[in-house]
Amino acid sequence: MAAIETPAAPAALSNEEIQRYSRHLIMPEVGMEGQLKLKAAKVLLVGTGGLGAPLGMYLAAAGIGRIGLVDFDVVDYSNLQRQIIHGTKDVGRKKLDSAADTMLDINPHIRIDRHEVALTSENALDILKDYDIVVDGTDNFPTRYLVNDACVLLKKPNVYGSIFRFEGQSTVFAYEGGPCYRCLYPEPPPPGLVPSCAEGGVLGILPGLIGVVQATETVKLILGTGEPLVGRLLLYDALAMRFRELRLRRNPECPVCGDHPTVTKLIDYQQFCGIPHADAKIEPVANLGEIEPTEVKQKIDRGDAFVLIDVRELHEYQICRIPTSKLIPLGELPKRLNELDKDAEIVAHCKSGIRSAKAVDLLKQSGFRNVRNLKGGILAWSDKVDPSVPKY
Amino acid sequence: MAKILIPTPLRQYADKKDSLELSGGTVGEVLKSLTSQYADLRKHLYTDDGRLRSFVNVYVNDEDIRYSGKDATPVKDGDTISIVPSIAGGSHGRH
Repeated sequence: MAAIETPAAPAALSNEEIQRYSRHLIMPEVGMEGQLKLKAAKVLLVGTGGLGAPLGMYLAAAGIGRIGLVDFDVVDYSNLQRQIIHGTKDVGRKKLDSAADTMLDINPHIRIDRHEVALTSENALDILKDYDIVVDGTDNFPTRYLVNDACVLLKKPNVYGSIFRFEGQSTVFAYEGGPCYRCLYPEPPPPGLVPSCAEGGVLGILPGLIGVVQATETVKLILGTGEPLVGRLLLYDALAMRFRELRLRRNPECPVCGDHPTVTKLIDYQQFCGIPHADAKIEPVANLGEIEPTEVKQKIDRGDAFVLIDVRELHEYQICRIPTSKLIPLGELPKRLNELDKDAEIVAHCKSGIRSAKAVDLLKQSGFRNVRNLKGGILAWSDKVDPSVPKY
Repeated sequence: MAKILIPTPLRQYADKKDSLELSGGTVGEVLKSLTSQYADLRKHLYTDDGRLRSFVNVYVNDEDIRYSGKDATPVKDGDTISIVPSIAGGSHGRH
């Protein structure tokens, strides 16, 4: 039977572990020495979503002795297309608990630390300092810059992966004087210019592949074997099924890891990424041109003369639609303004209200006088008016 | 002619093309040819004052043009120019 584990200083493997890791142990590149290194290693996974799913499962299976998980989200049906660490039975559960259950089922000989928080400038250094390697599986720019800067400041390697639709990127940042994320991209895009996976979609299998690349690099760093993915940016295009590699250099002028760093402590990453704080008072402006879904329903029922335009894409329109709506995808709107009457009452909607807000701006700038944005998009329509409309 | 690879997030501004063959002696010339063909791409690649945006990298073959002469980086027949924008996806897929 398994002995009581002492992950802090594993002296040896139990017989059960020897059996479990036998395919590692018979390879000279890992062997008993390497397996003990894996057992002694402490790895932090930031995010237990698309990338975190294969990462968590493979790192657990590989026998990483201590794995920290950072997440505060709850499993949702829309996660299951790619986040294979969670199952249908886990919908509604904390991702931390669901991920930990799967990982401990794969390998009960590991220890899991659950950090049920959003990583912030206040807590990041404290959480990261206990780990040897940080693996970035987050989904937003502020957290990516935060993880990067914290790793540079703490001198911990940051195993990076990022995905969008059919494309992925991976590399290892901040490893023994190598480049960091800011050397690759000094600044994030302004909000709204680059769509997120929630807006742009992602092939469910893609994070599997990129997450496995990250897991591979993590294991290699611990074993000290092979050629780490340092100074090289791996690009993967699933549609073309093509891998490419670009050279990545440390920027001597990098504000964090350069020769004369100007960022020597963590900053406000929301502000750095141009994102207004949640408590900022932007509501009154945003509300001006908005209309509640229930009010739109009343207008339809009364037969009011107004035009409801749906600015989503055709493939979204095919998933669900609001009756009476006219499809004009946002990208086509500038060319199709002649289809609309400048004096008519117009309501624009999209999935959640972001694209239609842009459409409202565009229409107002083009001289349309009576334009409003359906608050919360078709998702809110489903919540407040017609639950038979599927949410996607 | 050089081959220029358009990344997924920007294909919507380039007639959904994933690559194009364009001529030009420098990266600047090739990109100018690209953005004159697809005007919508321009604001995604350049700031209002004409600088390449700091979340978009351009490579000639595997070398970042920031370290090889920027816009003046020479381009030969058969070179591959990659546009690689910053992407952040990975985890939650929430709104």
